[in-house]
Amino acid sequence: MIWNKSNECMERERMVSLQGERLRELVDRVYFNVPYYREKMQKRGLGPEDIKNINDLKNLPFTTKDDLRDNYPFGMFAIPTSEIIRVHASSGTTGKPTVVGYTRKDLAIWSEVVARTLTCAGVERNDFIQIAYGYGLFTGGLGLHYGGEKIGAVVIPVSGGNTARQLQIMQDFNSTVLACTPSYALFLSESIEDMKIDRSKIKLRVGVFGAEPWTESIRREIETSLGIKAIDIYGLSEIIGPGVASECLYQKGLHINEDHFIPEIIDPQTLEPLSEGEEGELVFTTVTKEGLPLIRYRTRDLTSLDYGQCECGRTLARMKKCTGRSDDMMIIRGVNIFPSTIESVLLEISETHPHYMIIIDRVNNMDVLQVLVEVDQKFFLDRIGQLESLKHKIKNSLESTLGISVDVKLVEHKTIERSEGKAKRVVDKRKLS
Amino acid sequence: MLIKQLSIFLENKSGRLAEALSTLGDEDINIKALTIADTAEFGIVRLIVNDPEKGFNILREKGFSANLVDVISIATPSECGSFAKVLKIFSDESISIEYIYGFSVADKAAIVLRTEDTDKAISAIRKNNMEMLGASEISEL
Repeated sequence: MIWNKSNECMERERMVSLQGERLRELVDRVYFNVPYYREKMQKRGLGPEDIKNINDLKNLPFTTKDDLRDNYPFGMFAIPTSEIIRVHASSGTTGKPTVVGYTRKDLAIWSEVVARTLTCAGVERNDFIQIAYGYGLFTGGLGLHYGGEKIGAVVIPVSGGNTARQLQIMQDFNSTVLACTPSYALFLSESIEDMKIDRSKIKLRVGVFGAEPWTESIRREIETSLGIKAIDIYGLSEIIGPGVASECLYQKGLHINEDHFIPEIIDPQTLEPLSEGEEGELVFTTVTKEGLPLIRYRTRDLTSLDYGQCECGRTLARMKKCTGRSDDMMIIRGVNIFPSTIESVLLEISETHPHYMIIIDRVNNMDVLQVLVEVDQKFFLDRIGQLESLKHKIKNSLESTLGISVDVKLVEHKTIERSEGKAKRVVDKRKLS
Repeated sequence: MLIKQLSIFLENKSGRLAEALSTLGDEDINIKALTIADTAEFGIVRLIVNDPEKGFNILREKGFSANLVDVISIATPSECGSFAKVLKIFSDESISIEYIYGFSVADKAAIVLRTEDTDKAISAIRKNNMEMLGASEISEL
């Protein structure tokens, strides 16, 4: 099944002309409504009339997460807040989260693209979708929710966590679709085993998993252990949330809803556009969004594009499963974390050295974040209680900033390797490639 | 009369205590008393040595997290109940002890302790005619 055949199977020529038309409208809107973009365009000597079709896209300035942060919270909105009916925010990185706003039309577009995503994954109106993504400022839960309602499936808004209840509901409500992070899917599968739940009571047939990087081997593990088809979905709150791209049942790349989000691949160093098949950083221009339209937003995700038609019939460009990032952002349990955030928290605590090490591991299929912190010699007196309370102070500060649990370990002075050049601060033991 | 205790922060890693102690031994630092307070992840080694300043400097040079701490040492006869008597005095005076350890050599014994209120502890010791040990007396034990 294809949710919106006319747009998802559009001929390339028509798609390009639709994108061009929408791009012109977008540039008009942002030029006159977002001072930030007007200034950036003026600096380049560009006016709205200079953007005629998608070949002109490459002349437009980029947008980064820092731009959104600098204009926190609503500075990049292209419409008065009276027209905004919802905001979401992505996890804070240097204290401030990135805020995104949606008009009524934006929410309709969001539901549409998630409806496409779900249909792409083979979900239809008779399905029971158990949404175990978090509900709240995070876009995962509510994004899937509205898309699920749009296709007429039964939406079960369990939200994240509480595994025993997830499994109870899964059995009692006959959930057929599971939506969560891939690591939580693995964790649920193990819990089914541990709790000796009768497999015949689990009716799941497909899972839509995203919000964190995962490999083909994790996919195989989920598919075998849960007996389902595991579909990779892609999205980020800045662009809209889930619904930006999704695999179909052929699992040969993720179909990008490019009538709404024009993709480009650039070289992260030179910022020059790369051609089809070349790997680089994924960049999106949101041509239909009203609340927070973005021009050439740098996702920092590394991938490549394929414009060939898929066996499923869709002609939408497909992106490869993301292979990494062009910055040092880590995705831990679906939460975006930068090493610099951890560093700034530690620098505020005077008893520690600025020497730290971040270790990420996957224990029982759940990401674990450990931070090793050197104790400053000057502050080491000789009380156990003092050290324990220092440890708790660091743990509490990190947890309240990052929003996920952190295992803090105090280590001796100079145990963390000093390096001449750029310090290696992060050890990621998760096997993702 | 306070004495200097050498405290070392060590992670719970095998061989780490041996490294710290041989660093001291190589420089002729003689250990009179040793105690370890430990948690699951780390420990604090507390030492009474013949030359705490030298020991401290050597450890710092070698990259150990070490510190010098003022502690009280009290001489007691090496006989049954003598430690208990000292503790009873502290308890009667409501002086709480952060940590305490003791050692004995031949007929002499000593208690090393740290309290929250050193001045109060010293006056209690004096009032009860107990003998405090200084650095040189400890070295001679």
